[in-house]
Amino acid sequence: MSEPETETEARRIATQARDRARFEEEALSLADQVYRVARRLVGSREEAEDLVQETYARAFRSWSSYTAGTNMRAWLLRILTNLNVDRGRKIQRTPQTQPLEESDYYLANKMASAAGEDVLESDDVVERLSQDSVVKALSEIPPQFRDVVVLVDIGDFTYADAAQILDIPIGTVMSRLHRGRRALKQHLAEETLA
Amino acid sequence: MMDPCERCEELMQDFLDRTLTDVEWREAETHLAGCEYCSRRYRFEESLRKYVRTSAIERMPPELMAKLDELRGLDATA
Repeated sequence: MSEPETETEARRIATQARDRARFEEEALSLADQVYRVARRLVGSREEAEDLVQETYARAFRSWSSYTAGTNMRAWLLRILTNLNVDRGRKIQRTPQTQPLEESDYYLANKMASAAGEDVLESDDVVERLSQDSVVKALSEIPPQFRDVVVLVDIGDFTYADAAQILDIPIGTVMSRLHRGRRALKQHLAEETLA
Repeated sequence: MMDPCERCEELMQDFLDRTLTDVEWREAETHLAGCEYCSRRYRFEESLRKYVRTSAIERMPPELMAKLDELRGLDATA
């Protein structure tokens, strides 16, 4: 190789190493947000940790397929949700349960009839539901619906991001989100007011 | 015609997600302005969403961050 060619090659390698280090830095800065979604998609802390580690291993290996300037958090979550479907969902391939269709006012109506309509006026009415019951109710939403609720309501992803992450149309995101939230409220009502 | 409170209930999730059309938005607002029953339920839903979020967020264990940090530089062929 002639002198200038070697120099160009050296520069190329240096640039690539720098881009890669930047990529890794940015990806790691999002780890807490990635974990928070993972934690609610799976049943245990251990599973969530494994899933996040697998996600980062895959992301770091395939870093060159990430397009700089696009939404890296969504890119990481897409890897994560695919891995989650590959590993966990195969085991419990029961037919997809459909959430029961209770109305949107269901939980509020139940709480109002248990303690009087005025209770809905107080700011702390939701705190009558324990935080544990919220976590449990989330875990009881059928997986397909839960994925969307977790991405949008806990991960703060837009409908469009959630659609891209799960590779489903936006209309499907919306309908699963609505039904998943209703299922959540129904589980909360059952647990808290039983 | 549909019961106005049922209709308002149907619009609630999109109202709070700010994804209603202008016409639907005005429809919901007009009803809410005169209906204590529905506005209480909208406010309840709003605080419920915040509460679900707060309850569901768990911080990442610090050991995990150390493990992720060790994955830097993983070879594509490995």
